[in-house]
Parts: sequence; structure tokens; C-alpha cells
Amino acid sequence: MSITKDKIIYVAKLARIRLDEKNLDHFTSQLDKILSYMEKLNQLNTDDTAQTSHVMGLSNVFRPDENTASLSNEEALSNAPEQENGHFKVPKII
Amino acid sequence: MTYEPVIGLEVHVQMDTRSKAFCGCGTVFGMPANTQVCPVCMGLPGVLPVLNEKFLEYAIRTALALNCTVANYLKFDRKHYFYPDLPKNYQISQYDQPLAGHGRLNIEADAIKKTIRILRVHMEEDAGKLIHTAGGSLVDFNRCGMPLLEIVSEPDINSAAEAYAYLSQLKNILEYLEVSDCDMEKGSLRCDANISLRPAGQTALGIKTEVKNMNSFKGVRDALNYEIGRQEQVLRDGGAITQETRLWNEEQQKTFSMRSKEEAHDYRYFPEPDLVPFTISDETIAAAKQALPELPAVKKTRFMAEYKLSEYDASVISADKYLALYFENTVKQYHMPKIICNWLMGDVMNFINTNQVNIKKLDEVLPVKNLVAMVQLIDNNTISGKIAKEVLAAMLTGGKDAATIIKEKNLGQISDSEALEAIIDEVIREQQKVVEEVKTGKDKALMFLVGQVMQKTRGKANPQIVNTLIKKKLLGNA
Repeated sequence: MSITKDKIIYVAKLARIRLDEKNLDHFTSQLDKILSYMEKLNQLNTDDTAQTSHVMGLSNVFRPDENTASLSNEEALSNAPEQENGHFKVPKII
Repeated sequence: MTYEPVIGLEVHVQMDTRSKAFCGCGTVFGMPANTQVCPVCMGLPGVLPVLNEKFLEYAIRTALALNCTVANYLKFDRKHYFYPDLPKNYQISQYDQPLAGHGRLNIEADAIKKTIRILRVHMEEDAGKLIHTAGGSLVDFNRCGMPLLEIVSEPDINSAAEAYAYLSQLKNILEYLEVSDCDMEKGSLRCDANISLRPAGQTALGIKTEVKNMNSFKGVRDALNYEIGRQEQVLRDGGAITQETRLWNEEQQKTFSMRSKEEAHDYRYFPEPDLVPFTISDETIAAAKQALPELPAVKKTRFMAEYKLSEYDASVISADKYLALYFENTVKQYHMPKIICNWLMGDVMNFINTNQVNIKKLDEVLPVKNLVAMVQLIDNNTISGKIAKEVLAAMLTGGKDAATIIKEKNLGQISDSEALEAIIDEVIREQQKVVEEVKTGKDKALMFLVGQVMQKTRGKANPQIVNTLIKKKLLGNA
């Protein structure tokens, strides 16, 4: 086991996912396997490979500073479970 | 023991582009809620952000004006957190490789000059706006995706006055660069502060608090002064500062703990896979540097040298780009810069501040040629400096030129000596007692008579001429 249950509880909390005890064991073991599999990458020699944050080989893709059509207020809110005065309505935060 | 405050400022500036950072939605302030939104800035599935070219151009321009080193390689990162104003559940920002760093800004506070180092300048997108009502929170995504520049200072600021000077200087520069309208009330410029106290002379930093919710330059100064006092009191009472976020309450003029239940933030940054990286060549950076306008500090020095203004006058006139431009346009047509400077810094600025005139539009309110014509009318004794103040006020409110106003209000100086002599004779008749004193050589009495004549002419006489005429009449000499 390279990943602990505490870590899974922490990650689930960050992701706002509620896990019961059974799921917790299940995911801990699954994620552990995934991480072990990914560990294989560390066996590669990357001494001569430059660091990258992107693999597409593209760079400097821009958009001119021009306006394109926005959605109408009705369109924007069409999937909103709740709305009020043209706003999305969510449970009270403060 | 005396304590030294240590302050670092984090400023968010909205770049004044036409479209948002990563989509083509408009950036107009005050639009009806959720009408400047699209699938990209609302974080709907299956869309891709594309960087606004102007955003990068403005960001580089700003970084260079702050004497920063601009990176040759640019990438964006995702900063994750859950909050209803953030529809994607992450903010596109920059983490380990900001656009620029190692900058500096020179300020002057309480007559002391110093340099504030700039730690980093990075690009990111804004979040939406929340309105809290009794029944729930309302979300408006219009602001979501607006292009922001975050400018972080090193903790080199040691007083509220220095923080104020730093912000003012930063705002002046941004306005010179024409990259932001810097309107704190509209939220185009926002400021958070990290502040701690340490015993004077100590190197190690004390425990800091972060102060947020300051909505004006004055608010920043007041909040910092309050927080310095609060922390000092806690320390003097033998207590310890709690590391926390505190909100400034403008009405109560106090900071309050946010009492957030959140544990330490874990933003889980990782490179934004939806945006390709960018390279900025040395040539691009050099060209952008070359294209920078003359900035306030350089202009101030030039004004002192070229127009012989005092340092104070030069710094006031050069602080605002448009005031400086107006000044230079005026002195091209008039030979005494100091006179123009005085009128601008006095009556004109008073009018502008009282009536909240946009200095950009000063030339519409008071055309340069009208101001020039007015000072020339003082020079040729058509009006006195005192009357000129009245004329200028009328020019500023009515838009007419000085000559028209003088004619309409009959404000021209009485240079006709016959008319003046009649008034002087009248005063001599009325003030026999004082006249006797003048004859015994009392200067005060002479001044009183001059004052009487000025009163009768409602300030329209030239006091020097009156003085001469009275002396001639009473003492037989000039």
C-alpha cells in the first residue's frame, strides 16, 4: 500500500465526495493499484528529457481581442435548477 | 519597545480589454446579470479557452513598467476550489512560473523615498459576483473570466502611508500605460494586505494577518492603521497574533476575523491542459519596453528640469497622465510654467475634485487656449489675479472664454484714470480722518484708502495704480 486511507478521506473531502466505510476500502485499494501502475513511469530514464507542461507541440495560440456573441440571459439560465432576477440561485453561503 | 509594521500588498487589476481573458464575451461594467456570459466563461462541458492576445500585451507592458523581468516561457495552471462564483471549480491562473518578477516601484511617503520590490506579476481570470439575500445567494457570471493581473509586492512596506503611496504610484503608472481604468469602486483595482508587527530592529517576521475587503485607497490606509494598532495592543498585552483573514468594515472602521471554518487551502495546482504554452521572445520584450510611454517618475524629473517646477509641483502635475498632457499643451502657448502650474493645482483641481470631472475631459471643460487667454489678460492688467479667480470659475462652469465673461459681467479693470480718480476723490471726502494720517506718513492708513477704493470698484481697480494716484493726490509725489 503506497496510499493510506487517511489520504483517501482527505482527497474525497477536497472533491466533495462522501464515502462510506465499504467504499473507502474499495477506493483505497483501487487507487493504490493505479498509483503503483503509474509508478512504472519512474523506471524510465528521463535524464535527457526536458520538462514539459504540454504534449501537443503547439504554442502561442491566440485569439484577437474581439467580441463574439454571448448567450442571452434566458439561454444562460436555461439549466439552472433555481433562479431569481436573472441570477443563478444557490443555497445561502454566508 | 517600539514595533515595526511589515506589510506586503496583493493588488488585482482588471485589464481594460474589449473581450474576456479566454472567450469573446464583453467586459462592460454594470450590464444586467448573466448577459455577458458564454459556455467558455460559464465552464460548460466541451469548451476550450483561448488566450486574448491583448491581455498578454497589456500584462507584459505593465510588468515592464514595474521594472520586472518578463519570462520567455509562459504557461497557465488550474487553481482548484469550490465556491459558487467559480463555475469550473478551478480558476485559470499562474502558479510556479509567473509572467514576471523581480520588479520594483519607487515611492515617497512622509517625505521619505524608498523602493518597494515586486515579487511577482501573474495573469489570471476573475470569478463571478455573489449577492447574498435572505433566501439564498445569487450568482452573476458577467465578471467571470475577466482578465486580471495580480501584482504582489515584497513585504517592504512599513506603514499605512507607504501602502497608500505604493497604491497611488501603481495606479498612476497603470493609467499612464492605458491598460486599466483602475476604478476601485467598480472593482477594477482591488487590494489585499498581509501585515505583521515585529520589535524594531528584529529581522524575523511576526505572525501575520491578511486584511481584505478594502474598497478605496482611503479604506486601505484606514484598515492598515487600525490593524497596526490592533496587533500592537495584542502584543503589548502579552498576547499572540492569530494567523487569519480579517475583513475591513468601513462603517465601523474596524477589522473583524472572518472566522472561516475552512482548513488550510489545498488548491491542487496543475498545468492547464486546455491552454498551450507561450513563448515570449527577447525581441518582443525589447520592443514592448521600447514602446513604453514616459512614466510619471521620469516625467516629474523632466518637468523639474525643463519647466523649473519644484519637486512637489512636478510630482502633482505629473501624477496624472492627462493633467500632465494638459499642462504641457498649455505651456507651449504660455511662457511661465509656474503660473499655469499654480492655476491647475489650485482652482482647476479644486473644481475637478468638487465636481468629479474626469481629467481626461479637462480640455473640453476648459480648452487650453481659454486658460492661456485668461492668464494673458492678467498680464496686460485687464483683470486682477483676484478677479481672474471669478472669471475662471465662470469659465469652468459655463464654457465661455475669459473675454466674453469679463464683458458680460463687466469685470474689466478700470484703467481709465478719470473714472478711477472720481472714485478716489469720493473716498478722500469720506475718510478725512484717515487722510490726515496718510499725510503724516502712515502706510497702514494709505493701505486702508486703497482698500476702500478696491471695495467701491468691486476689485476691478489695479491696486498699484490706485496706490500711486492716492499718493500723488495727498502727498504730491508718486
